[in-house]
Amino acid sequence: MINRLKVLRAERGWSQGDLAERLEVSRQSVNAIETGRYDPSLPLAFRIAELFALPIEAIFVSPSKGDAA
Amino acid sequence: MSRTPAMRHYRTRTIWLALLYALTLCSAVYCFKHQLVSGPVAWIVGTLPALAIIGVFVAIGRYLVEEQDEYLRMLMVRQTLWASGFALSAATLWGFLEAFDLVGHIEPFYVAVLWFGGLGLGRCANRLFGADAAL
Repeated sequence: MINRLKVLRAERGWSQGDLAERLEVSRQSVNAIETGRYDPSLPLAFRIAELFALPIEAIFVSPSKGDAA
Repeated sequence: MSRTPAMRHYRTRTIWLALLYALTLCSAVYCFKHQLVSGPVAWIVGTLPALAIIGVFVAIGRYLVEEQDEYLRMLMVRQTLWASGFALSAATLWGFLEAFDLVGHIEPFYVAVLWFGGLGLGRCANRLFGADAAL
């Protein structure tokens, strides 16, 4: 799933490891989500949204709505 | 793969089970070779190596229950699906060939060996087909 996780993380100056630590997941998970190779569960998507204080749809792009531009 | 607490527990359990397997297998082979056991004791001694292998299946199940990282859990599930598909396919194929007297008999416990080999295949598949690529 296309998402803005990498951009949001970069804006805060966090490494993948930093984000993984905050989300209490592995760095591999963050990498897989950022690169669109893994779609997080709804609970994890909510945790990500709460961490960035954004609604889920501001981070993850609905597959039916296409590109994240 | 990450060193999550669940993965550490899984590795510790599998190392102990591998040691237990080696010990029980060597003991069983020695006992049967020298005809030291018979009757119910023979059944128990013959069962012990299998229990160690079954323990590894249980350890994998416990890992899947204990792993809090959903992505890593998904990778292990994929690995076990690959392992199951590989081992069952190979066993089915061999079974038919054996039934038609085209190949010799192989002991069924080799299916477990194939399954463990399939776990390695699953790990390669995770890396090749995207789920764990470039890590």
